Amino acid sequence: MSLKLEDNEVDIVVAALRPNLNTFLEEWRSFFSNFHLIIVKDPNLEEDLQIPPGFDHQVYTKSDMDRVLNGASINFSGHSCRYFGYLISRKKYIISIDDDCLPARDNSGVIVDAVAQHISNLQTPATPFFFNTLYDPYRQGADFVRGYPFSLRDGVECLLSCGLWLNIADYDAPTQIVKPHERNTRYVDAVMTVPLRAMMPLSGINIGFNREVLGPALVPGLRLDGEGKRRWETIEDIWSGMCAKVICDHLGCGVKSGLPYVWRGVGSDADNAMDSLKKEWEGVKLMEEVVPFFQSVKFPKTAVTAADCVIEISRMARENLASLNPVYAQAADTMEAWVDLWKVAGS
Amino acid sequence: MVSGSSLTSTSTPSISLLKDELDIVIPTIRNLDFLEMWRPFFQPYHLIIVQDGDPSKTIRVPDGFDYKLYNRNDINRILGPKAACISFKDSACRCFGYLISKKKYIFTIDDDCFVAKDPSGKEINALEQHIKNLLSPSTPFFFNTLYDPYREGADFVRGYPFSLREGVQTAVSHGLWLNIPDYDAPTQLVKPLERNKRYVDAVLTVPMGTLFPMCGMNLAFNRELIGPAMYFGLMGDGQPIGRYDDMWAGWCMKVICDHLGLGVKTGLPYIWHSKASNPFVNLKKEYKGIYWQEELIPFFQTAVLPKECTTVQTCYLELSKLVKAKLGKVDDYFNKLADAMVTWIEAWDELNPSENPGSSAAVKPNGAAKGK
Repeated sequence: MSLKLEDNEVDIVVAALRPNLNTFLEEWRSFFSNFHLIIVKDPNLEEDLQIPPGFDHQVYTKSDMDRVLNGASINFSGHSCRYFGYLISRKKYIISIDDDCLPARDNSGVIVDAVAQHISNLQTPATPFFFNTLYDPYRQGADFVRGYPFSLRDGVECLLSCGLWLNIADYDAPTQIVKPHERNTRYVDAVMTVPLRAMMPLSGINIGFNREVLGPALVPGLRLDGEGKRRWETIEDIWSGMCAKVICDHLGCGVKSGLPYVWRGVGSDADNAMDSLKKEWEGVKLMEEVVPFFQSVKFPKTAVTAADCVIEISRMARENLASLNPVYAQAADTMEAWVDLWKVAGS
Repeated sequence: MVSGSSLTSTSTPSISLLKDELDIVIPTIRNLDFLEMWRPFFQPYHLIIVQDGDPSKTIRVPDGFDYKLYNRNDINRILGPKAACISFKDSACRCFGYLISKKKYIFTIDDDCFVAKDPSGKEINALEQHIKNLLSPSTPFFFNTLYDPYREGADFVRGYPFSLREGVQTAVSHGLWLNIPDYDAPTQLVKPLERNKRYVDAVLTVPMGTLFPMCGMNLAFNRELIGPAMYFGLMGDGQPIGRYDDMWAGWCMKVICDHLGLGVKTGLPYIWHSKASNPFVNLKKEYKGIYWQEELIPFFQTAVLPKECTTVQTCYLELSKLVKAKLGKVDDYFNKLADAMVTWIEAWDELNPSENPGSSAAVKPNGAAKGK
């Protein structure tokens, strides 16, 4: 395959929570093989990783994290290990897909190149200031509809691309318990910009983002006390997604949601959600406080970078949330440490 | 005014939801042949036909439909001097149908819109989908990445606050179109052959605080919740602008829905839009709109309605004052439009005296997003 300009601008970050990456990487080979892989091993994982040959990759482990952290207290265990990958990458774009997801097929049965779709989402403009009813106006076969102001048709830079999942959808524990057999079979053929000021839950399972501009905003801030390895036992991506969205809104940039889909299910524990309920219930309760907090976040004009904004969020979280629950004070600390770390190791 | 009586249909075995609570409003200037294709889906419902143009022309309605037809003479007779707020020689006249209806729900469709097929080849009952949209809640305060969480096979995703999962009442259901897309004239000129072939299998709530271009071709709404806001403005004959009727209604409607905590959905159902209008004719109509739009959007984006406005009518009247104050200087047309907005509300209250739309809606202070 020929190397396009984009290939040198992209790192694919894989969070290895399981040692055996053979199936995952083989299934993604045709879409990953042009790119450099940053494989980050969960610091709690004892066994060696199994990685099939032929990938341009680098593995990072606990010892790398300790070296870079140099005493800073950021917890990279579990799903949060991927943030280390975001930190040490030097590329413009990052794409990250959970290791229990495989390529999906679209409605015509064609395998979806999720990497190419994320790149396309990030390299075409977003339109957060006015909703286009035909969704992405830059897609072939679509355009802006009648009534869409012409001054807004240039769009703005898209910094974050949130993909979706067929088969096992990203539900929380209570929903999994109520609907253990529900599978997402609906392939919605759309990419759309999440409008300005609209909040959304970012699922870290399948994302792409512009690391150069947005990097520090994807922060492993909010950890549940009993955070576990199953997705519905975490909330770190939800928190970092809310940070990323308010920051994009402030910077006048866009966030897209929709395509690409991945097929989620290999190794996912769709069952046994009952065990997780105790752990995730904490997260569910926290959202009731987190959402109004982010809806009220306002940045000063002096905050002009993602890093500036993260510091502001951490300050506001300390002022407004810390008294409600110690996890927020911890999040504020982590966010500050993260920005410091980013200055040293991330740029 | 012409009425038609219905014959019992034996061709539709499915249950017709809301058949006594919904009117179908169709503006027309030519003929209603398209109704033949819609017969299995529309026949159980009452039709309000608004005949635009020359009232001496007879519009033939296919047999077997229960309908009332109003031409310009009827509009003038019923509204008297207030008839001046209803456009002539523009499909904007359809809003007369909303005014005169006594039902809870309205579905409006253009006479060049046919039944579309979904990707499996099955014919789409657009009306049924609109009804489903209107009868299930909207979720304007937080975006669900799996779109409509109430749809079969979907739900709220992880991270979606539980306190927001009841949703709010849905006021408007905005459908889409396959084949001829609803583009403006400049886009039509640049892409005359483009056809919308992409069936996007989603319904979603337009978030609070977000505006969109509302197309009147395939639209349904809860008349009791939002009816008075659905005025389609002054367009067509004697007016400097056309093809912005539904846009205007949509922006007014959305500001008011956001203020009152009501939801607006867009997406399914699709209809098949068959007729491409002449782009040069369209350009003439839209020309001023394309410039004015640049002022209108910031106007609507910053419009603030006071807490005291708790009904649709009071919100709408307040909006008319803002139009006069802020847009009057853009063009005198907006002064006339503001007056027409007031006339519309007067006409609405006169024809619908026992209603109080908006009182059943959850009242929320302007602008505050609800997180709890």
